[in-house]
Amino acid sequence: MTPAIFNSRAWYRYRSEPLAVFGLGLLTVIVLLAVLAPVLTPYPDHAGRFVDFGNTSQPPSSRHWFGTDLVGRDVLTRVVYGYRISLMIGFVVLGLAAPLGVTLGLVAGYMGGRIEMIIMRVTDVFLAIPALVLAMAVLGVLERTLINGLLALAVLWWPWYTRMVYNQTRALRHEEFVVAAQVVGASHLHILFREILPNLLPSVLTKFTLDLGFVILVASALSFLGLGVEPPTPDLGSMVAEGASYQPDMWWLPVFPGLAILLVVLAFNLVGDGLRSMFGEGR
Amino acid sequence: MNLWRYFLGRLLGSLIVLVGVSILIFGVARLIPGDPARIAMGPMASAEQVELMRERLRLNEPVVVQYGGFVRDLLRGDLGISLYTKRPVTSDILSTLPATLELVIAAALIMTLIGVPLGVVAARYRNSGVDRAANLAALLGVVTPSFVWAIFLMLVFAFALDIFPIAGRVSRSAELPPTITSLLILDSAIAGMWPTVLDALRHIVLPAFALAMGGLGTAARLTRANMSEVYDRQYIQLARAFAYTEREIACKYALRPAMVPTLTILGLDFAIMLGNAFLVEMVFAWPGMARYGVEVIIRKDLNGIVGTVLVISAFFLIINMIIDIVVAYMNPRIRFQNR
Repeated sequence: MTPAIFNSRAWYRYRSEPLAVFGLGLLTVIVLLAVLAPVLTPYPDHAGRFVDFGNTSQPPSSRHWFGTDLVGRDVLTRVVYGYRISLMIGFVVLGLAAPLGVTLGLVAGYMGGRIEMIIMRVTDVFLAIPALVLAMAVLGVLERTLINGLLALAVLWWPWYTRMVYNQTRALRHEEFVVAAQVVGASHLHILFREILPNLLPSVLTKFTLDLGFVILVASALSFLGLGVEPPTPDLGSMVAEGASYQPDMWWLPVFPGLAILLVVLAFNLVGDGLRSMFGEGR
Repeated sequence: MNLWRYFLGRLLGSLIVLVGVSILIFGVARLIPGDPARIAMGPMASAEQVELMRERLRLNEPVVVQYGGFVRDLLRGDLGISLYTKRPVTSDILSTLPATLELVIAAALIMTLIGVPLGVVAARYRNSGVDRAANLAALLGVVTPSFVWAIFLMLVFAFALDIFPIAGRVSRSAELPPTITSLLILDSAIAGMWPTVLDALRHIVLPAFALAMGGLGTAARLTRANMSEVYDRQYIQLARAFAYTEREIACKYALRPAMVPTLTILGLDFAIMLGNAFLVEMVFAWPGMARYGVEVIIRKDLNGIVGTVLVISAFFLIINMIIDIVVAYMNPRIRFQNR
């Protein structure tokens, strides 16, 4: 029995893009690795506070595919555990930012007037500061904890959703189905979330998928600068930063975590592009 | 005439946003837990010293008064004293900003001069091998963080192949030109010091490419997408019927309308590069704002953080305004929409 989705027209359209299928496969592998990390990785205890000074800085070998780091931990294990934290950051940040941004965009686009002006001016202000710099500033003044890092990223991500949803809502607000709902006396809440929002879900979902990759990318940049998760938690960005000072002799230290970041962002990007053409927005 | 009105309106809009940015940054800086004066003076300072610092930072006054003073100082170009270097933030930033700007400008040039033609070729030969290769290159550019590009490029071209220098802005042995624009390459060229120009160019290649890769991919994909759309228009068919050469069609009829939406996104990419410059500068030990910016953040130097973010945002707004004006110049519909 195949699930219904695999017989659907949408899946047929998605399947016709080879790159999108490749991306979905890559993403599945990454998510499985992250979820099953304790079972799949060769040295699960290397993810935490572990030292083996007899085995430091070993180049890649059959025992340690990605080599070992300065205190003798298996780099492959730490990369896989790094995916856990990356994926968690992506989902939590967008789980906060997307609903907030979408709601504000809906309200601004539908209500118009002074509310629209205030919301969109605030959005402009947030969009006028490069995302990475704003996150750095917020993390600069707050305590550098994981929660604050997540909040900083969410704070800089919502305006993108507001702007996108705002533009689309404005295009829809005088459509006949909206006017019809107004005529029969539907509440604003009903019109916003039941009439307009469903039309926007495809583009929101596409953007959400693409952004999962980009949030992971920005988060890794923050931890590369030393503003990320505290050690010894394995984090891809800080692993690259640590290893960067030991290249070229210990090239495996920055290269494998770097490739790992590239692959997860690539996977979300390909799936996002696939969704876009599945929803018929592709060119 | 109308372009002027558009320009003034746009200037006003940018100023409003800049005021908003200053409020936002001022607000963020006040999120700091604990007493900023105590953080600035360190745990060894006496209560009187901390009180003096509170006076100097205006911390004893209401927030609105604090903000007013902040803006007054700002208009005089005074961003306060860096609590980390003990020098004025303005001079700290001015001494490191040109190196960052030089890097970002070089990256923007690479992004435009390689990305746009790549997109044009891909659009012209749609679904060919060139198109697919360009698409893949663009994708890799977008999904790889700039610090990872920096490390990959450094490993391959500086360490393994030894074509480019590993780090820095110029060799220690190089003669330095008199400062005119503070952009080293430009200054050396003005002074006619060609060996220095060459040396500086060799130093900037890797960091500039590392910084440009993301935007380069976006530029190529956007140009390709927008141009493909234009290629489907009837006036292109008409031009073909009149036996214009493909080169003329591409440059005169397809590229110009396709550039309008592309340019706007390139402005956004410029902003992203200003932020990413921090990452690339750290890898290549580039003497720009990055070290200062990261240092003030780690030391919770309030004035330093506010100054750094404000300067970067101001640059971003200026660049976007210029882009908007160029777009308006290219697209009469925007120029006249307010009439």
